[in-house]
Order: sequence, then C-alpha cells, then structure tokens
Amino acid sequence: MPILQPIGRVFLNFLAATGRLSLFTVRAASHCVRPPIYPRLVMRQMVEIGYFSLPVVGLTTIFTGMVLALQTNSSFAGVNAETATATIVVFAITRELAPVLAGLMVAGRIGAAMAAEIGTMRVTEQIDALSTLSTNPFKYLIAPRLIAGLMMLPILVLVGDIIGVFGGYLIAVYQLDFNAANYLAQTWRYVETLGVVSGIVKAAVFGFIVSLMGCYHGYHSSGGAQGVGAATTNAVVSASILILGANYLITALFFGVG
Amino acid sequence: MSAADEMGATDQAKSGQAKSDPPESARPKIRMRGVDVAFGPKKVLQGLDLDVGVGESVVIIGGSGVGKSVALKCVLGLVQPDAGSIEVDGEEVVGLSGRALDRVNAKIGMLFQSAALFDSLQVWENVAFGLIQGEGMEREAAREKAGEKLAQVGLGPDVAELWPAELSGGMRKRVGLARAIATDPEIIFFDEPTTGLDPIMGDVIDKLIVECVRGLGATALSITHDMTSARRIADRVAMLHDGRIIWTGPVASIDNSGNAFVEQFIHGSADGPIQMQVRR
Repeated sequence: MPILQPIGRVFLNFLAATGRLSLFTVRAASHCVRPPIYPRLVMRQMVEIGYFSLPVVGLTTIFTGMVLALQTNSSFAGVNAETATATIVVFAITRELAPVLAGLMVAGRIGAAMAAEIGTMRVTEQIDALSTLSTNPFKYLIAPRLIAGLMMLPILVLVGDIIGVFGGYLIAVYQLDFNAANYLAQTWRYVETLGVVSGIVKAAVFGFIVSLMGCYHGYHSSGGAQGVGAATTNAVVSASILILGANYLITALFFGVG
Repeated sequence: MSAADEMGATDQAKSGQAKSDPPESARPKIRMRGVDVAFGPKKVLQGLDLDVGVGESVVIIGGSGVGKSVALKCVLGLVQPDAGSIEVDGEEVVGLSGRALDRVNAKIGMLFQSAALFDSLQVWENVAFGLIQGEGMEREAAREKAGEKLAQVGLGPDVAELWPAELSGGMRKRVGLARAIATDPEIIFFDEPTTGLDPIMGDVIDKLIVECVRGLGATALSITHDMTSARRIADRVAMLHDGRIIWTGPVASIDNSGNAFVEQFIHGSADGPIQMQVRR
C-alpha cells in the first residue's frame, strides 16, 4: 500500500521522537534533583533568563495592557465601561496574557539561544570534551538551564502582571479619563488569588518547556551550521506549540470544572 | 576474503597477539577486540583489534571517513560499539556509564581535532576544567596549575586571560594540549593534532606532544592522515582500512611494510588497492 507506507513512517517517527523526548526529560529532570548541582551555573542562567528578559517581557505586557484597555472600553462603551475595563484587564493579564506572552517571548529569546549555544557545542565536540573531562553534560549544561527556567519565568510573569495592569491604568486614566481612584479600587477588587496562582503555575511549566526544548534540540543537533539553525527553529516552534497546548490543559485544570 | 582481509590475517599472525590473558605487567594499557560499529546501514568498524602497550605511542593512520575518530570515541564511551570488547587497564569499558565511565575517563586526556575549547570560559578555565570539575581542586590552585601547563606548551600568562575566540589555530591546539595534560593523565588521545596547521606549527605541536607524553610517561593513541606527523610522534603505526587494522608495525618499518595498502597511503597515490569514491 504505497499510501499507507508514508503515513506509517510518519507515525513511527512521531512515536520514536516522543520516546526520545520523554527519556531526555526524565534524565534531565533527575539530574536537577541529584547532586552535584552547580550553583554558579544556575545563577548565570537565572540572570540570563530572568534579568535580561525583563525588558522584552515588560514591553510586551505594557503594550498588551494598553491595547486591552482600549479594546474593552470600545466594546463596553456606555455599559459601565470603567468597571469592565479594570476587571477585564486584570483578569486577562494575570490569568492568560502575561504567562502566555512571557512564555512565547522567552521561547523566542532564550529557547533559541540555548539551542544555538548547546547545538554549537555539540557540533564542535565541546559536549564530547565535557564527557572526557569527567563532567556529565546533563549536569553541567542541561540541569542549570531547566532549574533557572523553572524558577525565573514565574518571577517574570509576576513583574509582567504588574506592568500589564499598569499599562491598562495608563490608558484608562490618561486617555479615557477614568477616575484613577475608582479604577485602582476596581482593579484591586478583581485581583484574585486563583488567577494569579494559575498564572504562576503556568509560568513555571512554560519556563520548563522553553528550557527543555532549547536543550533537547541543541543537544541532538548535527551537521554543522545548518543543523544548529534547524535546532534553533525547532526549539522555538516546538516550545511555542507546547506552551499553547499546556496553557489549555492548565486552564482546564484550574477553571474548566464546575 | 578480500585482499585487506588476507593481509589483516597475515599481519595478525605475524604480530603473534596473545591467545590467553597476559600477566598484568605485560597487559596492554588499551585492548580492543572485535569492535564493530555501524551507523544505520554504514558499517564503520568491523572487527577492530588493537593493543596499545603501557608507555607506547601508537598512531592509527587511514583515509578520511574510515572510522579513526570513532575508534577513539569507543574507548571514551562516547560511541557504544555494537559488538566487541574494549579494556583499559584490564577493565571492560563497553557498557560503562555514569561514575564508572567517569572513573575510566579520568585516566584519559584528549586533544580534539578542533581543540573543542569551551567558548564561554577563559583559556585558564578551559585548562583547569578537569582539575576543578573532575578532581574538585580549588579554583586558585587550579589556576596556578593551569598556568604551569600553559607554560609547558609555550604559552605565557597573558594568554591565560584570553577567550578561545581570540586565539589562532596553533594557539588553540596548544591550549587543547595543555587541557589534555592538565590532570597528568595516564593515557592521552590525539585526534588529528596537526590538521589545519602550517608545517612549522605542525612540527611545533608534534614536538610538544612528544615532550608531554614522555614527560608524563603516558600512553598515547593518536589518529592522523598526516604521515609527517605520524613519523614524528609514533613508536608504532597501525593502518585502519575497511573497519579493521590491516597492518601494524614499528614506525621505522613503515617504508618497508610490504603492504600495498600502506604503501599507497604513505605515498599518497591515487593508484592502488584503495579506491576513493570520486564522482565524475
């Protein structure tokens, strides 16, 4: 059956890739909790992922908050727009937009950089050199990035929450002429623990996904510059898709029942 | 049986390799038996047999893509053979992983073809890497020892502060050599040590290799297709072809090997039993 053959091949390749990724994930996660941990390397990655991603996450969330305020006001014009704007901005930012947009931006910035760096190390035999120097590449390269991704995305998202809501406030007060005190009161009233916590849980999962995809594709890259380029693209694309899929699952877990 | 098989069989018989376990004093430092490696349908090594004695410097020669680097990577555990046995100091390394493999690799230093210096670390950190990560040495003490090793390969303290991207090809090889000998290993592997260097720098690197290996009393296993380099650094030469060793003998006897494959290779002739696949 000439038609079934390519379908079967694609399916088997998919299963093989899923198996490889699963084994890689288990191995990488186990090295995150077993000593030795390299604190110096974890710190370096935390600075790279957290501190240096602040501008891009801050700009993304402030503009998103501003657009949300404008769109909400436009949609709810004349129907208690002040309350609706404050509520929707704070709900949308904390529950969905800050974690998802921060995850996607960090996937583009950090996931690509990790895949390129580790991929270059792979094709220039630096990873082989680590092994010959009695250093486990999973401990030295992968685990610090996973730990840092897991820890820094929630912090980035918390900062993004504040900046995004502030963006909405700027538009509401200085362009739409809402009362500042009322707007802030409405915002504070609708800041809910569940929404913020779900956003932070999402951020931790997204941080893990971004680092995992960057490391996985970089670690398995081959074939020189072209292979590293492909690894970089695959890292960003796969991390973005997994982030959107995981976002649905976590949202369903927190808000889908009842 | 191919011509290569016949010559391999003849040479193995000539070399009179031991049929039973030798005493520890006569035991080779590295012993490879029947090593097979295939990548998909491509068979790279097919029954590779090789002994490297204690303190001996063996150079494996052979054309590009015959599996010389793969042979080294098998000893280091970077490539798992499909079949065969590899012993280092009598300890089987095929199938080892984790700390057991690290323990064996701690005896081995390696100079990679591209030097494989870590881009994100300064030169001294590269040289001291095995001391800090592998042996747990304090950074300051490791830095001091890295300086000594750099001096041993003719590099001054100013180089220690540079980044790998700031080094020339010859300097990269020297730093790679300093890193390979930093932990005073019992065994050193050299993967194409002179490839990409000008002839004078090639001579400098070869002399450093000989000095370092003799100074440490180490066992050396090198791979190259540079015959000038092979003659300088080898005690014994082994030729790899069709996935197995087809000739081995002292470096002095290479010009009278009586092996058509070796003669073609050392004279760099396109005509002979080795047929290169060239698309016309």
